[in-house]
Amino acid sequence: MSIEWFIVLSALLFATGALGILLRRSPMVILLCLELMLNAGNLALVAFSRMVGNGQGQVFAVIVMVIAACEVVVGLGLIVAIFRRKLPLNVDDLRELRG
Amino acid sequence: MEEVLFFVAAIGALGGAIGVIAMRNPFYSVLALIVHLFSLAALFLLLTSAFVAAAQVVVYAGAVMVLYVFVVAYVGGGGESAWEPIPGQRFLAPLLGIALFVELAVAVLSSSLLALGTDGPNVKAGFGDPAAIGRLLLEKFLLPFEASSILLLLAAVGAIVLASRLQEGEVGTPDEPSPNREEGVPTSPSPTTPTGATR
Repeated sequence: MSIEWFIVLSALLFATGALGILLRRSPMVILLCLELMLNAGNLALVAFSRMVGNGQGQVFAVIVMVIAACEVVVGLGLIVAIFRRKLPLNVDDLRELRG
Repeated sequence: MEEVLFFVAAIGALGGAIGVIAMRNPFYSVLALIVHLFSLAALFLLLTSAFVAAAQVVVYAGAVMVLYVFVVAYVGGGGESAWEPIPGQRFLAPLLGIALFVELAVAVLSSSLLALGTDGPNVKAGFGDPAAIGRLLLEKFLLPFEASSILLLLAAVGAIVLASRLQEGEVGTPDEPSPNREEGVPTSPSPTTPTGATR
């Protein structure tokens, strides 16, 4: 299987995640779509690591997983905080920070 | 054999991704993401990176998704309103997504990396197994490793602070007088219906 296939698949997955972020309005689903995009990046990293033939890209992928876990934890904490304050869980209504 | 595995895993990954963005209920979105993550782990195995695949299954599909399921169960997966704030969002967004994919595909296919078309070099038997990755993490990438551990600790503490119970002085209703919330519109007198009251 040539590396190109993996890279194109990762591009497809990344575009799918971006489409989800553009399309959906629930913050939870937007976080899930961020996960999709990070995982597509991970797939590209691992594929390039295989292409070059050393393991450094895989270390990079593991660090990306750590970052994704942090992002999930903070994002879900924010969602729980929003829910506790009885604000609407909709990114179009949560726009106080918009200029 | 490898091709068959690749296409099965690719269909699983893509189907999971589409399921995430297509499902109305966030709970089903989380389940679709789990399918996606398992398929990605299979793809990682095809790329001879056993440790990343194992970490994907254990950390992502195991721990992170459980967190998601808990929060979805706590918050409750209400469907979204069909109301579109941006006119034509339903048509513009797929257009932009397809444009992004075409752009990325053109960038990949027209790149001058000659090794992209190959299977990659022959690697030794221990390539990508936990021992190799662990040696890299603890020797060459020790500083990023420690930095990421501090980041995880900070994120955990931050999440506890963010999601902690409301203090006594804080108020839970969005209709309290906050100056920038509604321009010129008098505050709605009934604070009992917070959803949509700001529109």
